[in-house]
Amino acid sequence: MFDYETMRVVWWLFIGVVAIAFALTEGFDFGVCTLLPWVGKTDVERRVIINTVGATWEGNQVWLVLLGGAIFAVWPAVYATLFSGLYVAMLLVLFALFFRPAGFDYRSKVSDPRWRNAWDWGLFIGGTLPPVLLGVLVGNLLLGLPFHFDQDLRVHYDGSFWGLLSPFALLCGVVSLLASTFHGALFLKWRTEGAVHDRATQAVQVLGPLLLAGLAVATMWVFAGLDRPEITAMAATNAPSNPFNKTVVAVGSGWWAHFMALPVMLVAPVLGFSGIALAWLLGRRKRQALPLAFLFSSLGLVGLLLTVGFGLYPFLLISTSDPQSSLTLWDASSSHTTLLWAFWITVVFLPIVLLYTRWVYRILWGSLTEASVLKDSHTLY
Amino acid sequence: MFGDDVVMLSRMQFGLTALYHFLFVPLTLGMTFILGIMESVYVMTGKEVYKDMTKYWGKLFGINFAMGVTTGLTLEFQFGTNWAYYSHYVGDIFGPLLASEGWMAFFLESTFVGLFFFGWDKLTKVQHLVVTWLLAVGTSLSALWILIANGWMQYPVGAEFNYETLRMEMTSFAAVILNPVAQVKFVHTVAAGYVTGSMFVLGISSWYLLNNRDIGFARRSFSIASAFGLASVLSVIVLGDESGYTQGETQKAKLAAIEAEWQTEEAPASFTLFGFPNQAEQRTDYAVKIPYLLGLIATRSVNEEVKGLKELREDNLVRIKGGMQAYGELQKLRGGDHSVATQQAFAEHKADLGYGLLLKKYTEKVVDADAATIAKAADDALPKVAPLFWTFRIMVACGFTMLFVFALSFYYCATRVADQKRWLLRMAFWSIPLPWIAAETGWFVAEFGRQPWTISGILPTHLSVSSLSSGQLWFSIGGFALFYTVLLVIELYLMVKYVRIGPSSLHTGRYCHEQVSYGSH
Repeated sequence: MFDYETMRVVWWLFIGVVAIAFALTEGFDFGVCTLLPWVGKTDVERRVIINTVGATWEGNQVWLVLLGGAIFAVWPAVYATLFSGLYVAMLLVLFALFFRPAGFDYRSKVSDPRWRNAWDWGLFIGGTLPPVLLGVLVGNLLLGLPFHFDQDLRVHYDGSFWGLLSPFALLCGVVSLLASTFHGALFLKWRTEGAVHDRATQAVQVLGPLLLAGLAVATMWVFAGLDRPEITAMAATNAPSNPFNKTVVAVGSGWWAHFMALPVMLVAPVLGFSGIALAWLLGRRKRQALPLAFLFSSLGLVGLLLTVGFGLYPFLLISTSDPQSSLTLWDASSSHTTLLWAFWITVVFLPIVLLYTRWVYRILWGSLTEASVLKDSHTLY
Repeated sequence: MFGDDVVMLSRMQFGLTALYHFLFVPLTLGMTFILGIMESVYVMTGKEVYKDMTKYWGKLFGINFAMGVTTGLTLEFQFGTNWAYYSHYVGDIFGPLLASEGWMAFFLESTFVGLFFFGWDKLTKVQHLVVTWLLAVGTSLSALWILIANGWMQYPVGAEFNYETLRMEMTSFAAVILNPVAQVKFVHTVAAGYVTGSMFVLGISSWYLLNNRDIGFARRSFSIASAFGLASVLSVIVLGDESGYTQGETQKAKLAAIEAEWQTEEAPASFTLFGFPNQAEQRTDYAVKIPYLLGLIATRSVNEEVKGLKELREDNLVRIKGGMQAYGELQKLRGGDHSVATQQAFAEHKADLGYGLLLKKYTEKVVDADAATIAKAADDALPKVAPLFWTFRIMVACGFTMLFVFALSFYYCATRVADQKRWLLRMAFWSIPLPWIAAETGWFVAEFGRQPWTISGILPTHLSVSSLSSGQLWFSIGGFALFYTVLLVIELYLMVKYVRIGPSSLHTGRYCHEQVSYGSH
């Protein structure tokens, strides 16, 4: 039951869970920050917006930190390849994230409007650039990346930063930004009243159809236009992790055939589209429908991430310059001992974290209004 | 294989970003505990001033915490971006420790920090107190896990090289966690954080007392800081001494360099209090020595030797030759020769593989190294003496100065005359930078002292870097320099601004800028 093969599959699922938790929680934090300068016209309105996520964004960001840490722990080769290969892109994500801790905490500590305005744009960058770049990253996961391992299993990247910005990857970046902003607009609408609420409603109305259209184009592009490599021979699924123990052809039977091999996987894209469509329909209606709309938007994001994961399976990173160097969940994992320890730690702490996070959200929940911000002007962000 | 400039720039970037991160970490560690203590007093006594203290010092903590979060993210990214081969080679051990830090520490501190600031009116007194303590526990747990990871880099136990995956793999999680180096480092570092928080509160409170403002508030803060600071600085010194003992067992080269012990002395070795290390001639000029002390610190005995650098270099020569054998056998294994004889030969020498890798700097093949090359590698395997000798002494001097300041503050506080001793208040104020100097030099001793390794005896630093170009490194270093400089200016501006406003920033109507008459309450 806890054999190496099973642990490798379990960890593929766990990484998926962490990635989904990141997308759901940071998704709306990013979205709220993207909307900040547009939806908030006055200083008080902007403080309302900031404080909808101000007390909880930090815990949400840990899902990103944990995603990095968990990949480091269970797929060290993937961590090494992604972070060093996409050096400039990763640093741009990092630099953009720099704007957030200081942006939230420092903005309202000085009353000069120029200071506050500057931080608002900082928060905008911190909420906008990461989803765009992470979307571009996902696009490149589907396209494959140019990298190879040498005989010491040292990874070499064979492309450049500009090479990441292909039309398909840029489309993925746009879709990702639309998704986080849509998710954030629903959240903002749910948590606020008055002018901010009304403008968030407009954002939901506009963003929903754009997101669905972008997704449709991207999906058709994947099924009709992208090559998918295929493994032709590989070592046992419990063999030591070494990418060279397999042979890969660069062009296999394609993405559609891959889904058709196990059609139940199509549940994922269906969930993605229908979740977002329903969120859009419900999100335009009255306040009572908003929790449900947000739930559907979350399910939509789950569907989209599952689609990418199912589509790539068993690949984690596809190499275009040396297909054999591609990494799969069978040949890029940590040792059995490490996977087991990490498994037990996760089994114990995941529920604990979810429980206290839920408690904190419950305590801090409630609509934010201009009056409530003015009342606690010296303690709120 | 890589230009030396990529290795040099990667080290420079890591050093600068880690030292910069470490400007904020110790204060976070200390402040969360002090906030916990202040709020506990509030809950027990019900006196509003302790609530105000928790809130006001909490504001300063928040300004600092934001920077800690910002700069901590860099470090997690950086293992992958700049140390990709390291990440691949030891991710099996290092990765789960970082992930555990995420599960057990980052979530705890990051989730409850919001509730600490915004939960005052939404929680009962006791609930909020629990939140504050969870925040404190979270920050200290974070230190625990990262120091277990760092302890493993200093003294790698519970792991083995696997020739099929070409990396280190965990053999015993328990051994990694119970690593003696990690345990000692953890307590020493966390206590140093508590000292930092205490000195910060003590110094700023002294400044209020010197300016005759917010007396009641400042006096109470002063007394908590002096008591907690005294206890903490004593722990730091005792645990620092314990570090010396474990180093004597586990990190002999670092200890010998710190002490400028060029040659093995007859036991018990004397402790060099002061002097001028002379690397070229392998001696210490104008040395002032205390007999027996080093032997006692490092071996807890009077008859065990403390090995000197010259003898350690001889050991290195033997291990490098063993490493060449190991590397040769590894090549055979990789070539497909999995015979029992080869496996046995590899197993016999595999502990020295890392020493063989030291030669990669000079020859790609390793096994063809001549005597001169081996000699150069043996020299490389020892850290430089002077930087370690000096930074260590600066750290210790800061530690003892702070012990003096805290002891006097505590004494005069206990006799209730501290706010009349203006010289004491001035000294406490000007001592504010000391814990930072001690922490940064201490970090330098630990990390520079490990060179030329990232993982002692296992993986040399020059092999650990990513396959990058120096242009990419200049891009990132430029970015860090820009962001970190601007952010530091902003942080210091806000810190000074809020220190000047003081507890008046809480807008309770009780403090100096809000009142006509100054005074305590």
